Amino acid sequence: MKELRFALKQTFPIFFTYVFLGIAFGVMMIEAGFSILTAILCSVFIYAGSMQIAMIPMLISGSSFPLLAIMTLFINGRHLFYGVGFIEKFRKSGWRYPYMVFALTDETYSILCSVKHPTNINEKNADFFIALTNQCYWILGSLLGAVAGSFLPFDLSGIEFSATAFFLVVVLNQLSQYKSKIPALTGLISAVVFLVVLGPEYFIIPTLTVTLITLIILRDVISRKMEVAHG
Amino acid sequence: MDNTYVVIAIVIIALVTFLTRSLPFIAFGKRPLPSWVTYLGKVLPPAIMVVLVCYCLKGITFSTLHGFLPEIIACLITAGVHVYKKNMYLSIIIGTICYMVLIKLI
Repeated sequence: MKELRFALKQTFPIFFTYVFLGIAFGVMMIEAGFSILTAILCSVFIYAGSMQIAMIPMLISGSSFPLLAIMTLFINGRHLFYGVGFIEKFRKSGWRYPYMVFALTDETYSILCSVKHPTNINEKNADFFIALTNQCYWILGSLLGAVAGSFLPFDLSGIEFSATAFFLVVVLNQLSQYKSKIPALTGLISAVVFLVVLGPEYFIIPTLTVTLITLIILRDVISRKMEVAHG
Repeated sequence: MDNTYVVIAIVIIALVTFLTRSLPFIAFGKRPLPSWVTYLGKVLPPAIMVVLVCYCLKGITFSTLHGFLPEIIACLITAGVHVYKKNMYLSIIIGTICYMVLIKLI
């Protein structure tokens, strides 16, 4: 299966992030009094790291269902923006379509944005395996954390930085590939402005909304730049 | 904890999460995409990736050295190694190890 091998290579950086964050989630679930099965079901059916961790205290305090729905919308709202670039691609992916949409996490999104397929592999299968292996890492981590978390002999605090480092590396790669730096700059400026003005809790949705609107307004400028550079 | 409550809660969170991921696909159905959507599909990724880095770093505070120095140094090291060696695995591993050491030291 060369597609699977290719996917394993592409997702290798995420292995650390997902396994170790999964362990953190598993440990927290067990400490909060949930069963191993509950922890695994969350990672299979919800599959959203920050939301799964945020929901633990909410479930313990018995938050109402509407409140849980609103919080999920709030924390995962950024995913609304991810599908836009993959509509054409996923539509053509046949039976994999629903799973590709379901599994579109931050990390899978960034791999799919930057992946370069060799010509001799089936792209649809490669993308599917990228999405699937990532979720397997996440489930594996959750299982390890839930079953053996408290016995793990090493201190893993700080391992979550591997996600930051991964995104940073993707940004650097894209900066050298993209002919126009305006999209990246737009994102950076609006993120910093809203982070300062609104604080870490509420900045992400306004940031992405303003970025989207700005990019639409600047369409002519950016398109011209990309075309000139390509020609 | 009441089992029924937990199960319903997980179902709700799973459905809303899936909804956030599927909305762009639902919105455009099987129709041909308008040109501005195709355009956004091309220019959004570099913007979103930068926003995701900021999202990861949103917790930094400037009131103590511990609140920002490990993140800043580790990011600079990650970026430096990447520009120098162009190997994403190496950059991520070195950056993460540095961060894990730095949060103990600072």
